[in-house]
Amino acid sequence: MTELVRLGTGAPSGRPARIAFLGAPNSGKTTLFNALTGHRAKAGNYPGVTVDRREGDLRARFTDLSVRLIDLPGVYSLEPQSEDEAVAVRVLRGEFEEPSPDGVVVVLDATTIERALPLVAEAAELGLPLCIALTMIDELKARHGEIDLEVLGAELGVPVLGVVGNRGLGIDDLGALVAESGHWTRSEALGEAARADTPEQRFEWAYGVLGRCRRKVPQADHWSRRLDRFLLHPVLGPAVFLTFVALFFQAIFTWATPAMDLMSGMTDGLADWLLTVVPDSLLTRLLADGVIRGVGAVIVFLPQIVLLFTVILFLEGCGYMARAAFVVDRVMGWAGLEGRCFLALLSSYACAVPGIMATRTIPSERDRLTTILVAPFATCSARLPVYTLLIAAFIPADPVFGPFTWQGLTLGGLYLLGTAAALVSAAVLQRGLRRGASLPFYLELPPFRLPRPSDILLGVWDRAKMFLRRAGTIILCVSIVLWFLLNLPRRAADPELGAAANQQAILEGSYAASVGRFIEPVFAPMDFDWRINVGLVASQAAREVMVATLAQIYAHEDEEGEGLGRVLAGVGDGAGEPLLSRPSALALLVYFAFAMQCMSTLAVIRRETGKWRWPAFTFVYMTGLGWLGAWVTFLAATAAGA
Amino acid sequence: MRVVREKLVLSRSEMDRTLAELADSGDDRLVEIAEVTGDGPFSWRLREIGFCRGAAVRFVRRAPLGDPAMYELHGATLSLRRSEASRIRVRSRAS
Repeated sequence: MTELVRLGTGAPSGRPARIAFLGAPNSGKTTLFNALTGHRAKAGNYPGVTVDRREGDLRARFTDLSVRLIDLPGVYSLEPQSEDEAVAVRVLRGEFEEPSPDGVVVVLDATTIERALPLVAEAAELGLPLCIALTMIDELKARHGEIDLEVLGAELGVPVLGVVGNRGLGIDDLGALVAESGHWTRSEALGEAARADTPEQRFEWAYGVLGRCRRKVPQADHWSRRLDRFLLHPVLGPAVFLTFVALFFQAIFTWATPAMDLMSGMTDGLADWLLTVVPDSLLTRLLADGVIRGVGAVIVFLPQIVLLFTVILFLEGCGYMARAAFVVDRVMGWAGLEGRCFLALLSSYACAVPGIMATRTIPSERDRLTTILVAPFATCSARLPVYTLLIAAFIPADPVFGPFTWQGLTLGGLYLLGTAAALVSAAVLQRGLRRGASLPFYLELPPFRLPRPSDILLGVWDRAKMFLRRAGTIILCVSIVLWFLLNLPRRAADPELGAAANQQAILEGSYAASVGRFIEPVFAPMDFDWRINVGLVASQAAREVMVATLAQIYAHEDEEGEGLGRVLAGVGDGAGEPLLSRPSALALLVYFAFAMQCMSTLAVIRRETGKWRWPAFTFVYMTGLGWLGAWVTFLAATAAGA
Repeated sequence: MRVVREKLVLSRSEMDRTLAELADSGDDRLVEIAEVTGDGPFSWRLREIGFCRGAAVRFVRRAPLGDPAMYELHGATLSLRRSEASRIRVRSRAS
């Protein structure tokens, strides 16, 4: 008999059962999905982290049956108004490549269940088997709230489980429940709920149900209250935020530099060692200069990347992101944008690609397009190595006050510059684009939650791997191609000149040099020479390649092991002429702040807008602005005698 | 004293205000939503997220720059801009 029941569970014809997770934004769907599948999909304590559906198999330890789980973007209702909501609803209605799922787990935040329960009424209309997972049960108890899950289950006539996703409590039960989806039924009570067709009727039904479940409303979260009073204070709030950000930028130089110098010494040592133990040949030089020094110059920025993502993931996990959106909403309003655009912009500080995908939460087509077009101005992590290298080389480390130096402030200034460029461009674009229908903007402010250190560590580990993978693929490829372009054609060594001078002669006559010289007129106003131009062309593939290129060009000049930065600035014992004057270096920084130099971003703009017109437009206006900004900076810095 | 206060409550309950006006006056008492003005997807969505007739709502604080404002509703904290809040009419809680 049990065998029969087993056969009856899941889907017909041996196809794995498909179970979808439905719930309001920030109700904890992705955390449950990760716990049940063993995936490490990104979750955060703010609405709209998941913008696409995601599938994974239920872990084998829960069942021997094959069950597919589908994580969906959060929805407030099943009448979608933005792209991410539409994805969720289409999957549920079976309009998305595959038929409707075989069951739906409705995920409800137990602390705000009044607001979440109406979604169950809507889900009942789908006519699919349901079960309910109440998340954040621990928080409900901590805030002296209560709800009788047994009565709730009886009231709704569907299985109800309380879970704590991030601590794994109740996950085993949920896994077992999901594996038995064939037993879920739709109840009479839900049939009544499904007949409610205005929001008022659904809320009335929800309060009716809760009234019978001995519901005790949780008290306000005192910690969040207190923190909000402080962090959202008109004066203290911004002051705390600015101090925190300034400390972070300073830390990039003060704390991350020792780790970076260590790694830098290791790559140089490795390259030198290779050249001494392996007979000198073109291949050895390719390995030592092109691969080890080129790619190594980028990898040494790993400490900075780790620091950046630790900060970003902490802010996302604790619930500060939604507060930040709340604080600057007025500024966004001035630029003609709403708070959801700000959340998308914020994600772009890690990388513009997920940032642009996050615009799917924006209901207005026009606002969404504007946000896509300005998101690449946000200072992404690929700019960090270039900024750090140039700032360390050209900006003095003199203290300004306390722990802050000019270097940290310059880095902060560049982040500010990118942000200002995004907002001003948005304001201009919003005036040029046709106004669409407007929809209300509302933002849920979750309570502050302390992220688990292990979640942050795993997240940072994933980002570090991604950074290394990037170094091992695209940056490696470009470095190798570049090495050939910088070292060909070969010419016979002049025995009267030293090794360095001979290498110099090859560089000066290389194919890359011809390319660099060919575009020299374009960047002549900023006084960039051909070597910088080669870097600019190569960094069109990925911004970090700039660092790899300069490392290759200067590999032979750095005989004293001074480090790339010091060679660039022409300081130190073994260094020759500086490659860049300080005005040119500042111009180069501004160029990197503005110019569009990322193929992945252009590709994702094409995908999200469906037209080639928009990536082309983005490329032209951003790069144009980069050139203009660099030129103005150069003129200003020269006039100021910097 | 008590009489005066009761009178005040009475006059307030008769007076209809918008949620935006409530925030402007810094009034953080619990009120009840009377209606969401306007039709179409805009007000429908406000009602779906819980700003519907009969719901209890409380103004919490305004953003440092004056707009938007935070409200407590159905146990959650939400932020609304002035333009949205001015579509929501509230009245004092009957009781």
